[in-house]
Amino acid sequence: MFTRRHMMGAAAALSLLAGAGAAFAQDVYVPLISKGFQHQFWQAVKKGADKAGQELGVRVTFDGPDNETQVDKQIDMLSAALANKPAAIGIAALDSQALIPQLKQAQDAGIPVIAFDSGVESDIPVTTAATENKAAAALAADKLGEMIGGEGKVAVIAHSQATQTGIDRRDGFVDEMKAKFPNIEIVAIEFGDGDHLKSTEITKALLAANPDIKGIFGTNEGSAIGVLNGVREMGSKTVVVGFDSGKAQKDAIRSGEMAGAVTQNPVGIGYETVKAAVAATKGETLPKTIDTGFYWYDKTNIDDPQIAAVLYD
Amino acid sequence: MSDTTAKEDGTTTRAALAGGAYQKLLAFAGLIVLVVGFSLASPSFLQTANIISILQATSVNGVLAVGVTLIIITGGIDLSIGTLMTFCAVMSGVVLTWLGAPLPAGVVVAIATGALVGTISGTLVAKAKIPPFIATLGMMLVLKGMSLIVTGTKPIYFNETEGYTAISQGSLIGRMIPQFPLPNGVLVLFVVASVVAWILGRTVLGRYTFALGSNEEAVRLSGVNTDRWKIGIYARAGAIVGIAGVLISSRLNSAQPALGLGYELEAIAAVVIGGTTLSGGRGTILGTVIGALIMSVLTNGLRVMSVAPEWQTVVTGLIIIAAVYADQLRRRGAA
Repeated sequence: MFTRRHMMGAAAALSLLAGAGAAFAQDVYVPLISKGFQHQFWQAVKKGADKAGQELGVRVTFDGPDNETQVDKQIDMLSAALANKPAAIGIAALDSQALIPQLKQAQDAGIPVIAFDSGVESDIPVTTAATENKAAAALAADKLGEMIGGEGKVAVIAHSQATQTGIDRRDGFVDEMKAKFPNIEIVAIEFGDGDHLKSTEITKALLAANPDIKGIFGTNEGSAIGVLNGVREMGSKTVVVGFDSGKAQKDAIRSGEMAGAVTQNPVGIGYETVKAAVAATKGETLPKTIDTGFYWYDKTNIDDPQIAAVLYD
Repeated sequence: MSDTTAKEDGTTTRAALAGGAYQKLLAFAGLIVLVVGFSLASPSFLQTANIISILQATSVNGVLAVGVTLIIITGGIDLSIGTLMTFCAVMSGVVLTWLGAPLPAGVVVAIATGALVGTISGTLVAKAKIPPFIATLGMMLVLKGMSLIVTGTKPIYFNETEGYTAISQGSLIGRMIPQFPLPNGVLVLFVVASVVAWILGRTVLGRYTFALGSNEEAVRLSGVNTDRWKIGIYARAGAIVGIAGVLISSRLNSAQPALGLGYELEAIAAVVIGGTTLSGGRGTILGTVIGALIMSVLTNGLRVMSVAPEWQTVVTGLIIIAAVYADQLRRRGAA
């Protein structure tokens, strides 16, 4: 009997929630399905999306699975979002291939799909709002090249040779180095899966084999921290350049152990996605990709408001 | 109601089923309340496409939950079902995509892998006397690692196996009734649940499953080889998990090696909401299926209502606690 009363309580609570849901029912609705929602990076994306939603007068929701392995949960989220007949939809695909049936469903229903953060291997999305990773990594190459005086040996510890971001950051860095600093030799390109420990071990082995390496680029947060730890453990004076932020990386940059890093602009990713979604509902033509921007940061500008806004712990 | 609770601790299946029937009714009422509530809250909720996506989302968790119900009725637990599901999917991928075997071979291998691992877990529990929680916790981690090792951490896609995605995503019913393209995965859940319900209600294995959970010692003293039956139950549950492995990989068109952790808890939650007690001896398959439906109706409904994901988690947690609390009240009344 107790429980029946509880059920009624739950029902009452639900109907309250229901009222809140129905109040929004008429306006333009743009759901964003991300790869997660609890990491600071995604929270920053959400912030940008909410800001654009407010400015453009559309209702934006942000949902994502608990972690980046839950491909099936993301499909369920996309299905639920489609059931709500959205004006447009934003998706950061965990696995493009697994999402194809739902994306086709969106296409058939005439709902424009905007890919964000990373591309979808399909021509269904009308545009992709993401960091131009090649250009971002090229910026890291420029900075590192200048810092070591345009000559000597450097290495890259990349996070992945399977994902597009890993490949683009590696290529962007390597191509820029070759083009701009002919006297710099890239002695190694290794892959540490973005894993701290693995990247540390690789860095130590590299430094043992080539003590004269002048600079190392770690292509994401995990790689950068791994490189930093390896350099630290070897007592090396090698210049370390990183990517993204996170507390450890920010601390190392403040203390000068890490020379600097390239940060993406997650707020911009969210903002541009919603902006593109609204444009798509109005039938405007969009470029195939939207560069959401990136910045170089180091000890000197880490506290600038513009930089601090895109960094996360 | 009071006359059924009086017989709560009886070892006969009839008493066990009657005890479960009350909770089942409660769970069913809960499901109806949720469906009605969400329908009023959002016009999108009760549309065919959304109903189908709810059922589709239930299929994998439902099959897992049906499998683990068997084990929970014996008074055991299996924490490895999530990662075992993934491992079975991976083995199917190895056979189909890497070795190029025909489709049925992949399904058979997935189910056989599940049964084999279930046998190992059952042996660890029954013969080696390792508590089920620990044995299957260990197995959960072993299997997670094995999936990553076998695949080299990358997903295996089923693009070369024609018809694999149809196992879950195709729709036999949709061919007959185009307005209601119910995915095959839901049919699989229906068949698995029916067969297991029949086993539990009508066979010796079913009777021993309840008996082991009620009073294992008494069963053993009456001359039954309890170890053998217990291992058999874990093996069958494993085979069912193998079916879930086929369903999820068919749905994703890939075996995702990193996926799986956490799915065991969702399945166990569905079982508990459906009125099966974790202390064993009592439970029903229909209750479990309703429990799994409650879980996915809740998740989908909250999402359709655009409730923030943080709150979705909170609400789901509260529902699970409420369901177990109901169970506790009932058992206290019985004691």
